[in-house]
Amino acid sequence: MSLDKATVAKIAHLARIKVPDDELDHLAGELSQILTFVEQLGEVDTQDVPPMTSVAAQTLRRRKDEVTDGGYRDAVLSNGPETAEGFYVVPKVVE
Amino acid sequence: MTGLTHLTMAAALDGLAKKEFTAVELTEAHVKAVETIRPLNAFITETPEQALAMAKASDARRAKGEAGPMEGLPIAVKDLFCTKGVPTTAASHILDGFKPEYESTVTSNLWRDGAVMLGKVNLDEFAMGSANITSYHGNVVSPWSPGEAGNWSRQLVPGGSSGGSAAAVAARAALGATGTDTGGSIRQPAAFTGIVGIKPTYGRCSRWGVVAFASSLDQAGPMTRTVEDAAIMLRSMCGFDPKDSTSVDLPVPDFRAALTGDIRGLKVGIPKEYRVEGMPAEIAAIWDQGIEWLKQAGAEPVEISLPHTKYALATYYIVAPAEASSNLARYDGLRYGLRVEGASLKDMYENTRGAGFGKEVRRRILIGTYVLSAGYYDAYYNKARQVRTRIKWDFDEAFKQCDVILTPTAPSTAFAIGEKMDDPIQMYLNDVFTVPASLAGLPGMSVPAGVGSDGLPLGLQLLGRPFDEETVLRVGQVIEKAAAVTATPPFMA
Amino acid sequence: MSYIQGETGDWEIVIGLEVHAQVISNAKLFSGAATAFGAEPNSQVSFVDAAFPGMLPVINEHCIEQAVRTGLGLKAQINLHSVFDRKNYFYADLPQGYQISQYLQPIVGKGEIVLDLPDGSSRTVGVTRLHLEQDAGKSLHDQHPAKTYIDLNRSGVALMEIVSEPDMRTAEEAGAYVRKLRSILRYLGTCDGNMEEGSMRCDVNVSVRKPGAPFGTRCEIKNVNSIRFVMQAIEYEARRQIEIIEEGGKIDQETRLWDTTKFVTRSMRSKEEAHDYRYFPDPDLLPLELDPAWVEDIKRTLPELPDDKKARFISEYKLSPYDANVLVSEKARADFFEAVAKGRDPKLAANWVTGELFGYLNKAGKEIEESPVSAENLGGLIDLIADNTISGRIAKEVFEAMFETGEKPADIVEKKGLRQVTDTGAIESSIDAVLAANADKVAEFRSGKDKLFGFFVGQVMKATQGKANPALVNEILMTKLKG
Repeated sequence: MSLDKATVAKIAHLARIKVPDDELDHLAGELSQILTFVEQLGEVDTQDVPPMTSVAAQTLRRRKDEVTDGGYRDAVLSNGPETAEGFYVVPKVVE
Repeated sequence: MTGLTHLTMAAALDGLAKKEFTAVELTEAHVKAVETIRPLNAFITETPEQALAMAKASDARRAKGEAGPMEGLPIAVKDLFCTKGVPTTAASHILDGFKPEYESTVTSNLWRDGAVMLGKVNLDEFAMGSANITSYHGNVVSPWSPGEAGNWSRQLVPGGSSGGSAAAVAARAALGATGTDTGGSIRQPAAFTGIVGIKPTYGRCSRWGVVAFASSLDQAGPMTRTVEDAAIMLRSMCGFDPKDSTSVDLPVPDFRAALTGDIRGLKVGIPKEYRVEGMPAEIAAIWDQGIEWLKQAGAEPVEISLPHTKYALATYYIVAPAEASSNLARYDGLRYGLRVEGASLKDMYENTRGAGFGKEVRRRILIGTYVLSAGYYDAYYNKARQVRTRIKWDFDEAFKQCDVILTPTAPSTAFAIGEKMDDPIQMYLNDVFTVPASLAGLPGMSVPAGVGSDGLPLGLQLLGRPFDEETVLRVGQVIEKAAAVTATPPFMA
Repeated sequence: MSYIQGETGDWEIVIGLEVHAQVISNAKLFSGAATAFGAEPNSQVSFVDAAFPGMLPVINEHCIEQAVRTGLGLKAQINLHSVFDRKNYFYADLPQGYQISQYLQPIVGKGEIVLDLPDGSSRTVGVTRLHLEQDAGKSLHDQHPAKTYIDLNRSGVALMEIVSEPDMRTAEEAGAYVRKLRSILRYLGTCDGNMEEGSMRCDVNVSVRKPGAPFGTRCEIKNVNSIRFVMQAIEYEARRQIEIIEEGGKIDQETRLWDTTKFVTRSMRSKEEAHDYRYFPDPDLLPLELDPAWVEDIKRTLPELPDDKKARFISEYKLSPYDANVLVSEKARADFFEAVAKGRDPKLAANWVTGELFGYLNKAGKEIEESPVSAENLGGLIDLIADNTISGRIAKEVFEAMFETGEKPADIVEKKGLRQVTDTGAIESSIDAVLAANADKVAEFRSGKDKLFGFFVGQVMKATQGKANPALVNEILMTKLKG
């Protein structure tokens, strides 16, 4: 699979990563190379093979419905680049 | 007392128990060693004050007769483990200034058992790399690099992603270090720097508080200078954690007790598919040597087949980036770390993430985003998950015929910074022998087995059945003893 | 079928609903932080909810149980194997950069909801699925002119997304669907259904078509938070779409917002971009496996649900479907009625509950739980009618006093001297006085004008301030008039 510049720009946007225009070509080349490499998987017969989600051979463990966490607002906000009045703050979001 | 930094953990525990030295003395020697090895750029954050305070507390515990299994042992922590009040960077610009308000389960376990933290060591950014050249905090230099410190004639890589851990342990600045392994990030740098590194079975070590790269693959493990030390440290690191849904509720064995040296009658699988085309002669030779040592110790080599080995790398380079693209979505400049302002929220995201992630991380996020995106999910991601199942099945079959598997750890000795750098695929090939066990969630260990023609360390890898780290460690120690590698890095504390 | 009349003829609306119902639980779906409404911003947030590095989800078993209970209440298929997926997108109040949800393999499959329509008829709407997912945090846009404030208290709270088939054809049906679903959830105790506090929110899918034509392009109206708004939004949106199509335009599939001040739907700019959610199984979690015996245990503890209760009220108490509907719509109402009806005439009980009581409550803006008249006291009032202590008419007066004061009916009757007169002598003398004062009417009656009987009864009741026993009045009056 060969990716073009426009596709790379689209993926970059989907991943919310700003990529300077002049890097798009080079990046498209690298990504295409990786995709070409991984496409060898097409050779493997996977008919009726279940896709693996986890190697752990166990089922989902559950916890009790008890309040055991939270209640430490200062600790939650202490690393925030911008906070005010107990909130995280970001540029205005328009809905 | 520089000699203290050259001790093994086992010997240090002995000396502490016999009151030959105190934890404070042992720690002071290591704090100094950490300073000495600064030219390697192994540490991102040194925590000497905390180390000495912990050592003091350790001596007090020992005096009260409350010594833990790792009481007073100074270690380094890969900067992927969140440590309360100590900056945690994942070697990324995007975690600028981040100081966790919590402590990872694995490091908590180590402190519970008496270990002392020397600081946070360098790694590839978000553990993505095999040479420790993608860190925002700069490359780590292998202590095996020839030449004068800081003025190396050839700057060798320590391997990656746990490059800082490997360099610090090999250069005698820490008795051991935590590593994490997603596709070989403990085993490959261990091999490159001539130390021991074990990735336990997926689910053995809690992932809680470890910055995630690829959740279905990430496992923490110890990096030490001997197999016995690995057994000591692994025991403290693992254990069931109710905060990690993938943590396995099994008792933790006394791994050290498993080191009996007796491997008579054990069947050692030799996978024929690992004899890859173009394998350097000295790699093939050390592998054959390893088989010979085990045979001499009474084990029985059997040829096994892992037919999907050649697809492991491709599988890995779909699964890991896919998970990473999602795991790294939380770094958005909103709640912690770097923020690069923008006119809108979207601009803020794109500016922050554009500036915060390095090239390799960006590459993997983009690949991961692509293989999960509409129209490509089945062809790439789901296909890779199916192949992963087949790889797991291969191992299930193999372990019907053998008890442990022996392979080389890496396809070469350490290379120099600047080599293999332009071509991502070339770099990915470093993981060719380590990735299959990661995909299958199996325990794997690299043990020093000798040196190559360039005088650099060579490692052999042992893979075990799920939760059978004991056999891996036992066989590993047999190789360690047979190999009796005496070579040490030219640059040591 | 009710169609909308357009310029080019009839149009049919096609409606499907996605209801997000907040699960009643103490702690969040994947973290141990509290879920209580109205707490200080970010005070109920764990490092997991704020997606700090290295944090991991562990599922709350009660939330699973609540989802299964709800599935059983919707007569739906319970999937013993389900999977949690990550839905990836960036948003300020979505700390992980993904929402843990269920995509291809939800915990609950196909079920149904029976709508009780105002005309007494019912109609079955298919439920496509129910899945568990995390709620997002809250963005506050009005705190600062250039900034948005983020509160993550809600981040990670368990939601059930309940998706209907596109089976509804009118705004009324959609309203009835939400009402019925809310009623079932409340009966089950799995969601409080409080739409004002956001514990139940609707995404409404609306399209229009000519009757019999294939489905048209739909628009999704997000986060509508009252039943009235759901109905208004559908009406507006359907007319908007019809207008566009009739003018030769084409409907764009998009996400819209119900503007609660202008009463219009408008396009959501922030959701304009085409989404690619990149769902994949969450590698931090394993598949959820349910033990069939555990599901059976939950099934055994299900309460009687509105449909069954309604059927029972009709057969056991001989209530009309309409009354039964009104009574079962809320469990508290049904319980109240049953307490009143116990050992009494159920029809009388139903009349009093649905008539006087609901009327007064409605006027006072009170819920049944806040009723000043207890079921016991209303029962007592009915008993006083039955044993002839008071007449039905006086009872209404007593009820009014009960509603105002909360006092027992017997006390009010005593205090106000409302006890019914059953002394035949006293009644006879009242009747004699009335007959004497209306000799002309007596003559008319006796000459065949039977209808005047009511007039005499009225006069006698008036003379006794309504306290005379009506049966005695009738009997004695008839004897005297005929004599």
